[in-house]
This record gives sequence, structure tokens and C-alpha cells, in this order.
Amino acid sequence: MMSTIAQSRHFAYRSLLTLWRQPWWIAVTLVQPIVWLVLFGALFKSVTRIPGFAGDDFIQYIAPGVIVMTSFFSAGWAGMGLLNDIQEGVVARFLVTPATRTAQLLGKMVQGAVSVVVQALIIIVLALLMGASFPGGVPGILVLLVVSVLMATAVASLSFALALASGKEETVIAVMNFFMLPLTFLSTSFQQKQLMPDWMQTVVAFNPLNWAIEAARSATLDVPTDLTAAGGTDWGAVGLRLLWLAVLAVLCLRVTNMAFRAYQRKV
Amino acid sequence: MSLTVPSPAPSDEAPTGPLAIDARGLVKRYGPVEALRGLDLQVPAGGVFGLLGPNGAGKSTTVKILTTLAAPTAGSATVAGADIAREPQLVRRRIGVVSQASGTDVSLTGRENLVLQGRIHGLSKAEAIARAEELLGQMALSADQDRVVRGYSGGMRRRVDIATALMHRPEVLFLDEPTTGLDPEIRAEMWQIVRELAEGGMTVLLTTHYLEEADQLAGSLAIVDRGRVVVKGTPEELKGQLRGDAIVVELTEPAPDGVAAALQASVEGLGEATVDGRLVRARVEHGATATARILQALEARRLAVASITVSRPSLDDVYLRHTGRAFHEADQAADPPDGPPEDGRRPEEHR
Repeated sequence: MMSTIAQSRHFAYRSLLTLWRQPWWIAVTLVQPIVWLVLFGALFKSVTRIPGFAGDDFIQYIAPGVIVMTSFFSAGWAGMGLLNDIQEGVVARFLVTPATRTAQLLGKMVQGAVSVVVQALIIIVLALLMGASFPGGVPGILVLLVVSVLMATAVASLSFALALASGKEETVIAVMNFFMLPLTFLSTSFQQKQLMPDWMQTVVAFNPLNWAIEAARSATLDVPTDLTAAGGTDWGAVGLRLLWLAVLAVLCLRVTNMAFRAYQRKV
Repeated sequence: MSLTVPSPAPSDEAPTGPLAIDARGLVKRYGPVEALRGLDLQVPAGGVFGLLGPNGAGKSTTVKILTTLAAPTAGSATVAGADIAREPQLVRRRIGVVSQASGTDVSLTGRENLVLQGRIHGLSKAEAIARAEELLGQMALSADQDRVVRGYSGGMRRRVDIATALMHRPEVLFLDEPTTGLDPEIRAEMWQIVRELAEGGMTVLLTTHYLEEADQLAGSLAIVDRGRVVVKGTPEELKGQLRGDAIVVELTEPAPDGVAAALQASVEGLGEATVDGRLVRARVEHGATATARILQALEARRLAVASITVSRPSLDDVYLRHTGRAFHEADQAADPPDGPPEDGRRPEEHR
């Protein structure tokens, strides 16, 4: 276990170095969430005027959602990097060293987590510049970062599993496209729950993306997860969502490990 | 075999002395495809051992199993004294692997690739850097060590691949088709590197489908065909078995039935003759004198000859003798596939 963690450090370093050498990737990754924030902030601004919408600063409302969504999206493509490594023979080379499969995967997860945190911090700064405030303060921001990383870990794991099982980039792209936008709009990213149709409110309750968004929003904005209620952060509700996300991330990691083992049987 | 016969015989028994690789009855099935069908392999420690065979013979599958990348369907093996099934971690610590698909990260520099590999193998940072610099120097890569590998030439990349595999000073080095797709000059350069490694005492298992490469490099070799070892020995032993010269006659039209028998009847000292389309191959004690008689015999049957060549025995002849088909034909046919069926799930097999 200890050696797995020590090894994953080297793999994480390698993955980060690989990313660092792709200036276009960095530029797009950093600009993308800014586009989301500014674009959706302007596009959906008028929803704050719908009767029943709690609060009036839309940028502040969507900032946590945009951060979680960004981590969800970029983690979804994690499998593409793994496929590239498989094709280049890099995965096979590492598999015949003493390093464990888990160490290889964890290395990639750490890389994903670092980019999620960097993106999140950029969006927070931008939102502050655009006049939003985060009454939840530093603890709120920390919760936001933790849920984003958990979310990214779960989604990246599934993306890896998909890549390992299918061996095809097209499959990863198709499946991820199929889930990304629907799950985003079946969440409270841009719209509050109480303004959704009843059936959708039920679906939203089972959407992990929404667990992350609600926890992040409640913690950063110092509001209850049920926005129509009064009071500050409901730490019980936030903790419960963190727990679900952690369980989900662990389950997804296990799925990936199984997919990796199955992949190796085909080699 | 009789003690009075001094000529070398192919060593069918396991060699004495320590074995670097001892594989018994390896079987590998990928669905309905049987890539290995009971492969036995004993490789003595030290020197270059060649695993020669056409594409699809099972060489890469053998390497995947011996390097613990894939598990055999049946059979067992020890590599550098460790069991591949029970002690894979020990095997991995003792082997270095250069696969066909390179495996070097092209967005890292040569040096970064080596240091990373050393760290994964448990070297300290200082040790890894020192060892990387030593190897980069040996491989004449010092000047380019801080450039990303993407900009390297094919030969430089191959040298990085080998240097990476040597970071942790392995006992056994696997080179899977190290020169496939390389220019002739670079191939010669690789051969020199492999020779030097073997002189340094390392055991090198080299797979190749180039007969010349096996002949040049391997102290001893095994010919693999359709998932089995068909014959093993030193190149000299194998060629020595085929007494005399090889004669290949190319006719202008496909050879009619009975040509082989007719030649054997009319040409004295002609060994086994085989017919393959327009080609007639035969072995004979003295090539030069037999040529005239063969031409006469063919002329008597009104068969026009396009060309005739006489050569000393080559590994190609050894291959033909033991598998019943010419090497280059088997190489092109490449059937059954070496590894799982081509359903797009073999991305690691980049050529």
C-alpha cells in the first residue's frame, strides 16, 4: 500500500509533466470554465427574476455549479489520455515494472485532481471579480474543492474503465457526450430545484453531479441545500453528500481496477 | 547419437548450467485462436538467445508471458529464477523489457524517461539521475538528453527504449523485434549495442523475424512456428545439420509432378528435393558439380530454367527443413495471428 502511494507520486509527476508540455491544452482548459461562467452567467441571468428563485446574484449562484461541471467534463475525457498511453506502449512498459496497476491509475487521478483545483481557483477569482461573494469563506471553498475532486475521481475512473473495456476513442467520446450535457441540465447548475417539474426533481435527487453541486453551493454560499429554507450551511446535508460522493468514487475506482485486470487478460 | 560422430548435433536436452529462462508447455489461447501450443524454451544464462520465427509464430506472445504482461492459459515458466505466476513482482525486478511498441513517453525528455523508470524501480533520486546519465552516455544520447523524445530519430528512440529497460540493471533483457522498421545502418548500430550487452554478461532474449539478425547475434536460437519451438541449437549446429549446399532452381513455368523424384534419380548425391510452384529446392554435397547435372536432367524433361542459384546453408534452409515452408512465405501469410484476433483490442501492437 505504502509503495503504491510512493509509486503513484512518480506517475503523477510524469502525467503533470506531460500536460505541462501541452500549452494549447493548458490554454483551452483554463479558458473553458471562464467561457462557461461568463456565457451562462449572461444567458440565464433572467432566471433570477422568475418568481420563486431564491437569491438574486446569478454569477454567485452558478459559480459552484460551473466548477463542479468543469471538473466533471474534464474528468470525462481522462480515458483518452489512457488510450494514448496504451497505444504508445507506455502502459505495458509500466505493467512489467514492480509498480502496481493502482499506482498507475492513482498517478493519473492526482494529475486530474491538480487540474481541477487550479481550474476551480481560477473560477472563484473570476467570480469574485464579477461581483460575487462567497460567505462560506475558506471552509466553504475547501468543501467545494473536495467535492470537485471526488466528482472528478469518480468520472475519470469510469472514463478509464470505458477506455480499457472498449479500447476505442470513439466509444469514450460517444458515451461521455451522451451523459455530460443531460446530467448537467438534470442538476441545479443553472436552475433551482423548486422551479423544475416534479419528475425532474426526483431524477435530480439521484444525480451525483447534483450532490456535488448542492454540497459545494451550500458550503460556499452559507445557505441550506434546500434554497427555499432559511438559515446557513446545513453541515449535516453537506456531509451526507460528501459521503455519497466518496462512496461513489471508491466504487468507480474498483470498477476501473476490474476493467484494468480484464484488459490485461486480453493482452 | 553415437559418440564417434564428431559433428555437432542440435541440443535437444536442456542445457546444463543455470537457466535464465525455463518455460514448460506454454499455451496461450485468445478466444478460438491458439497463439502458443505447448512452447518449451530453455535459455542458458549469459549471451544472446534468438527466438526466430515469422510474424504470427507466437514470439511476442511468448515475450508477453515471460515478462508477466500476460498470463499463460497453461504451462509454467521461471525467469531469472523467479516463477512468472507465483512471483511476478520478483520477475519484474529482474527483467528489462523493450517491446515492439517502444513505450517511451514522447513528451518527456530522454533523461526524464530514464529517471522516471529508475524511480519506479525504487532507485533514489540521486541514484536514478546518476544511472540515467551513465546510460545516456553509453548510448551516445548525452547531447540530446534534455530534448523531448518526440523530436528524436528512430534509432535514437530505440536507444532510449533500451537505456530505459537497463535502468535497474536487469539480469535478463527482452528485446522484442528491436530492429523492425529501422534503417539498415541503424539496425547495424542496434546489433552492436546488443553484442556489447551480451559481452557484459547479460542474458538477452531477442525475438526477430530476420534470419540474418538471428544468425549475426544469437549464440543459440530456437525457431518458433505456429506456437511451438520446432528446433533449437546454435546457428552453426542448425546449419551443420544440413550437409552440403542449397540449390534453388527457378523454372519458367510451374514444375510438373515428379520433377523432384526425377532429379533425385538422375543426379548423384542429391539430397531431399522439394517443389514449390516454379521453385525446386534441393540439397547436394557439391553444389558446383551438381549444377550441370541438374540442368541436363531438367533439359531432358524439356523444362526451361529461368535461374539457378547455389548457396551455403542458411537459416532460411533450416527453417524450410523444419517447418516445410519457406520463411518469407510464412512471414507474409502470418497466420494464425500472433496474439489475440484483430478486433481493435490490440492497440499495443503498433508496427
